[in-house]
Amino acid sequence: MASTVDKSAPTRTVKYGSMSRDRTWALRWSYFFLTLFAIFSLVPPLYMVITSLKSSAEISSATNPWWVFHPTLANYAELLTSNQFLRFFWNSALVSIFVVTITMLISVPAAFALARMRFWGSATLATGVFLTYLIPDTLLFLPLFKMFAAFGDLTGIQLINRWYVLLIVYPTLTVPFCTWIMIGYFASIPKELDEAAIIDGASWFQTLTRIFIPVALPGLIAATIFAFTVSWAQFLYPLVFTTSTDQLVLPVGIITTLIKGDVFNWGQIMTGALLGAAPPLIIYAFLMDYYIAGLTAGATKG
Amino acid sequence: MVDVATQPNSIPHIGAARKRISLRAALKRKSAVAFLMTLPLIVLILLLVIYPAFYSLHLATLNKSMQRFIGLGNFQFLFKRETFWLVVEQSCIFAITAVVFKALIGFIVAHFVHNIPAKGQRKWRGMLLVPWVIPPAMSTLAWLWLFDPSYSAFNYTLSTFGIGPIPWTGDAYWARFSVILVNVWFGAPFFMIMYLASLKSVPDQLYEAAAIDGANWWQRIWYVTLPMMRNIIAITTLFSLIVTFANFDIVRILTAGGPLDHTHIFATWAFRIGIEGGDIPLGASVSLFMFPILAVAAIFILRDINKRGNEA
Amino acid sequence: MADVTLRKVVKRYDDVEAVRGIDLDIADHEFVVLVGPSGCGKSTTLRMIAGLEDITDGDIMIGGDVVNDVPPKDRDIAMVFQNYALYPHMTVAENMSFGLRLKRYPKAEIKTRIDEAARMLDIVELVDRKPKQLSGGQRQRVAMGRAIVRNPKVFLFDEPLSNLDAKLRVQMRIEIKKVHHKVRTTTVYVTHDQVEAMTLADRVVVMNHGRIEQIGTPNELYHNPATRFVAGFIGSPAMNFLPCRLEDIAGRLHVWLTDRIAFPLPPSRATRYQNVGRNEKLLLGLRPEHITEAKAHPEPGIEAFDAVLDVTEPMGMETLIYFSLEGTQICGRVSPNAGALDGGALRLAVDLNNVHLLNEVTGAVI
Repeated sequence: MASTVDKSAPTRTVKYGSMSRDRTWALRWSYFFLTLFAIFSLVPPLYMVITSLKSSAEISSATNPWWVFHPTLANYAELLTSNQFLRFFWNSALVSIFVVTITMLISVPAAFALARMRFWGSATLATGVFLTYLIPDTLLFLPLFKMFAAFGDLTGIQLINRWYVLLIVYPTLTVPFCTWIMIGYFASIPKELDEAAIIDGASWFQTLTRIFIPVALPGLIAATIFAFTVSWAQFLYPLVFTTSTDQLVLPVGIITTLIKGDVFNWGQIMTGALLGAAPPLIIYAFLMDYYIAGLTAGATKG
Repeated sequence: MVDVATQPNSIPHIGAARKRISLRAALKRKSAVAFLMTLPLIVLILLLVIYPAFYSLHLATLNKSMQRFIGLGNFQFLFKRETFWLVVEQSCIFAITAVVFKALIGFIVAHFVHNIPAKGQRKWRGMLLVPWVIPPAMSTLAWLWLFDPSYSAFNYTLSTFGIGPIPWTGDAYWARFSVILVNVWFGAPFFMIMYLASLKSVPDQLYEAAAIDGANWWQRIWYVTLPMMRNIIAITTLFSLIVTFANFDIVRILTAGGPLDHTHIFATWAFRIGIEGGDIPLGASVSLFMFPILAVAAIFILRDINKRGNEA
Repeated sequence: MADVTLRKVVKRYDDVEAVRGIDLDIADHEFVVLVGPSGCGKSTTLRMIAGLEDITDGDIMIGGDVVNDVPPKDRDIAMVFQNYALYPHMTVAENMSFGLRLKRYPKAEIKTRIDEAARMLDIVELVDRKPKQLSGGQRQRVAMGRAIVRNPKVFLFDEPLSNLDAKLRVQMRIEIKKVHHKVRTTTVYVTHDQVEAMTLADRVVVMNHGRIEQIGTPNELYHNPATRFVAGFIGSPAMNFLPCRLEDIAGRLHVWLTDRIAFPLPPSRATRYQNVGRNEKLLLGLRPEHITEAKAHPEPGIEAFDAVLDVTEPMGMETLIYFSLEGTQICGRVSPNAGALDGGALRLAVDLNNVHLLNEVTGAVI
């Protein structure tokens, strides 16, 4: 059969965009903007590195700040051999590790009980935990300060200006969110797993330790990382509760001791800041996925 | 033919009574165990969060040496101070502006990351999250140095374009800009990560259907992406409003509230009055002003969570 | 091994009664299947036997002991779940031995039991793998292995084959039957698939809306259903139901299928229904295999009539035909070369020896 072409119908010139060409342009723009944002994100830390390699002389000579002409490791050497600085680092490490342990010991059983064992008031408690996260430390630092001072006067146990007081207050910042993360992970474990464990003869405790914790291990790691990062970066509470140099943690230590009067030793300050930022950055570099999982736990599971 | 058997009475009921009691005991034990497991959490929150919050209410009604009860005297004093109203205004502007920009930038960047092939995403995501990973106290120091009145690296670069030196922390308006800038730099990655996770959960088929229906990129965002992400956007925005509103580190380190109290927010001013000035009750009164605003935000979040729970 | 007895068992959730007083006796070594549509209460009943749900009222006994308040781990039962419920972080061997390890069985004994079960289920090469490395069928076998290894008094299966594809389901049915022959443990099996019920069970318990409709062997249920529900539930394609009435015509009991078609009932049926009210509204139940193409030499009790077919479904070994009689759609089975065509006419024969008569109101089979 011969096909007939209707010549009387109006013909439109249809312009087709090339799909692959559109895609490559979209990609090019994406990479362009991403590079811009990446530069924006990385400039400050990079500048920290650059400055840390400069001697005081070079800094005050006001040459191009973006380039190191005479790199030196003197700043690093000074800080890493300074007893004071090492003390700060040690205090931070001690506090963070203890706080992480305390946090996990409180959060994990609580999360398990809230996620799995339905008991009177568990729903209100879960929401309550979430809500307390909304009472910021900037509201609580003054009453807590007064409370600890009063406690010290009453019992003679000195709570102000001791690094171990931080072990009491830091958990208020880490426990609610860690519990929230763990509730999400525990809740996502299928209920049949509990039932199989019950029929296999496991007690609640055995179910938690032998089934839930191993299966929710990624969540545990994410929560641990979160607790560590928050503890390490704390500034307000240590500023309020610790004042003597030997009790300070890193963030407060750097700021209060390296800034002596009007003389700012920027080379050392930047080096100190970089070293202070190192532990979270290193954890992040190696465990980035867990880090992000901890953050988004609320988003995807909440 | 139909097999429904009726058993003659041969059931041993003696053991049953004993076993019934043991089940009750077992049930009690489950509640007891669960309660014990949550007890440390409850104690922690009651003692170190709830109690201090109420205590600060009490503190705010005392005089400076904390001997006398002066009722609302502290609040009356604050209302008359011009600095107080400055702080209120600054806190609100700071929180709202910073959050808006953080959300916007986070949203845009998340889209770009989502657009590039999956293999490269991890790399870019890694780089872009760095501001969030660095302790804010440390990175603010870097910004302080970048903003330094004499040695600012930014001013150095700008001078090569002929733009005069900018008083990043010296001038009131520039100082406010700087504080917001640092806060946005620090907080946008958080939004980016949350939005990226949420973007990934929008089914591709919705976009494909929209594309076939003739939607361009802007319409796709408006009609497909935003509605699907509504919950995440609401929650992160509210969360961030609260956290930004209560921010301390950045302002304290960058400007210490200056110049002339023009960058003070509730937290830093409360610290100045309460700890540095030694007037704890007055400082408590200042902090307390954050509370009504936080409470309103909390109510909105709660409502949103419940709504989302019902939708799901 | 033990027998299981349920007496007047009731389960109430707030205002809803999921299980409304059921009585059931399961003998030792018996394989009983609870079957019924979603929501009929079969899973709830199983879970009450397991101890995963509390019993609102009534008693459950295992091996003669009342177990109402006994926690699951002391009831000496094992359960196979629909979603396998394998511990993802443990290997197959660890999954299977978890219960035994909790009870601190000696290592040698654990090993022996695992080896035996693995051999029985043909999963010996898999013992060191983790569940995510296994296929659905393999996971189900491991779940069964976990149950076998415990050597319990009762096996409980909760719709174990529902997550498998059709072919695998057939295979696993055979496996389960083989295991039951070897191990002979009392088994309570829940499914919504009546084919599984018919092929696996010693006795089938049909449930509907929280009550037992009928208990019997597969053959009993198929050939002598007690209620309309059972008649329509068992057998695939389902039984046909036509409104009908009885009338005495020329000294013989006839049944009117439509206003124009009446057939005489064969003597066995006529005797059975002789006391049923004439002209009363009844339902006629007829299975599709009893509606076939008319043969040249009809046997007694088989009557022929003409029908116009709506749709035919050639299945290969037979053809399913669908036609209407006064608005009711009827299904029949004819041989593939009977000349059945969509929209065509065909002379059909009904085998009235196997007809059922039901009371339309009560649903009871007469």
